[in-house]
Amino acid sequence: MRNPKFCLILAVILAAVVNGFSSVINPYYYDILITIGINVILAVSLNLVIGYTGQFSLGHAGFMAVGAYFSAWMTGRYGVLFGESAPATGAIYVLALILGGLAAAFAGLLVGSPSLRLRGDYLAIVTLGFSEIIKGVIQNAEPLGAQRGLGGIVQHTNFFWTFFGVALAVYGVLTLVHSTYGSGFLAVRDDEIAAEAMGINTTKYKVLAFVIGAFFAGLAGGLYAHFKQFIHPEGFNFLKSVDIVVMVILGGMGSTAGVCLAAALLTILPEVLRMLSDVPWLPEPARHLADNRMILYSLLLIVLMLNRPQGLFGRLRFGAGKP
Amino acid sequence: MSLLELQNASMQFGGLRCVCGLSFSLGDNELVGLIGPNGAGKTTVFNMVTGVYPPTSGTVMFEGVKVSGQRPYRITGRGIARTFQNIRLFGSLSVFDNVRTACNMHLRHGISHALLRGRGYREEEKTIRAQVGELLEIFGLLEHRDRPAKSLPYGDQRRLEIVRALATRPKLLLLDEPAAGMNATEKNDLMRLIRFTREKFGLSILLVEHDMKIVMEICERILVLEYGRKIAEGSPREIREHPDVIAAYLGQEVA
Repeated sequence: MRNPKFCLILAVILAAVVNGFSSVINPYYYDILITIGINVILAVSLNLVIGYTGQFSLGHAGFMAVGAYFSAWMTGRYGVLFGESAPATGAIYVLALILGGLAAAFAGLLVGSPSLRLRGDYLAIVTLGFSEIIKGVIQNAEPLGAQRGLGGIVQHTNFFWTFFGVALAVYGVLTLVHSTYGSGFLAVRDDEIAAEAMGINTTKYKVLAFVIGAFFAGLAGGLYAHFKQFIHPEGFNFLKSVDIVVMVILGGMGSTAGVCLAAALLTILPEVLRMLSDVPWLPEPARHLADNRMILYSLLLIVLMLNRPQGLFGRLRFGAGKP
Repeated sequence: MSLLELQNASMQFGGLRCVCGLSFSLGDNELVGLIGPNGAGKTTVFNMVTGVYPPTSGTVMFEGVKVSGQRPYRITGRGIARTFQNIRLFGSLSVFDNVRTACNMHLRHGISHALLRGRGYREEEKTIRAQVGELLEIFGLLEHRDRPAKSLPYGDQRRLEIVRALATRPKLLLLDEPAAGMNATEKNDLMRLIRFTREKFGLSILLVEHDMKIVMEICERILVLEYGRKIAEGSPREIREHPDVIAAYLGQEVA
């Protein structure tokens, strides 16, 4: 990462160019590509909290839900505020994404400030509880569709916006953790008492990691809502949070490159497994692997933890050079 | 005005009185030793001064300002840095990043600069890089700069802790048993290092140490604690001959 700003601009241009060809991509593969992008944003942002700052959070899907519902509600209500032309609705969409992210960040601040006195398992349980509360509130909020889910969302998310978000998340996390300012995150992870003794306000850094992580989760939620066009509270349940945690652990905590790769792999894996059910000569249990993929995930994690506890990429980083 | 002043400071955990009504002061550029038998409360004094626990009664003044009750990072910001008895480096970070982290508190720019990476940011990072490099060079750790801190040999880890503490630009440095686990050669190097640090950076040092040879040789003044109380204070010679100190360490003669 010699010049991170250059890389960011390059990535955005690349996203725009690929976006130009989106009509020739098979819609099924296109769907997978966008899902990979959204999952990468989620995993990279959670990696800031778990991998770089060492705070175990199980509530990432909750923050995603805040962003998804807020932005979907906003485009649903104010989508045609500036008229029905494409640029006007597009502007509202982008604004909704940002505000959705900020709403999630605010939720992150709310849950972060009181609960960051807790460590490890206790923090995980509080964040899990918080995301269940968010789900519960949505399930009972009539304007958000309650148990029926929220439908009729206009599809705005395309390849460009998704990978613009990916570029922003990767850029944001990497520039932070490589700067002297961001070294505070890593210090909190390695030794909180020593960090405090070196003049680092550990509370500030923990809350900051939560807020930034929640912001990108909210952004990912907004992208998701405006791609799938229908969101349901059950889509943001505990299992979704676990999915993201698995991506972070598989990729290697604190390795952004590894986490990106793991997010992509774990998005493709269920699709590959689904294809297995169409292969006639396979034995019966193998064909149903897609439905039982959680078994495969746990197996994968066990094998990985035994052989590569540092994650897929280990200490190899983006912009390496360092061992 | 003295640099550090403890006024009747006490620390009590439930029924256990670790430090009891301790008063002492420390001037500019002084090198003072704090000794006492195991469990006398030496590390507790450090934790009180650095804010890990606020004293249950009494006050800690630093440069005439009351610091007791403030968060540790604020106290470090005022100019008190410390090392730890059981090494507490940022194990997974490189030697360089360990020291760089301690420069964090002196940053003039905030998060927006780290994200936008403008000219101000690049210049500041360059200055920090140079400062860290210089410190590592002085203490002979520059060749290890990219190694993870936990992979260093024990003596180097202790040295790195001192370097890291110095990077916060302290006026007072608290060293908690820096010679623990060192062999004779390493101890000699350490003594030279402590003297050198004090002269080069013009700071005061408060040293907790079990190795009497080191304490007697480099400290100008020694405080002796026993069961949380100060039982003696004076020059190494006075301490060596002080009857209470001899009693504390060797036990009293039964007549």
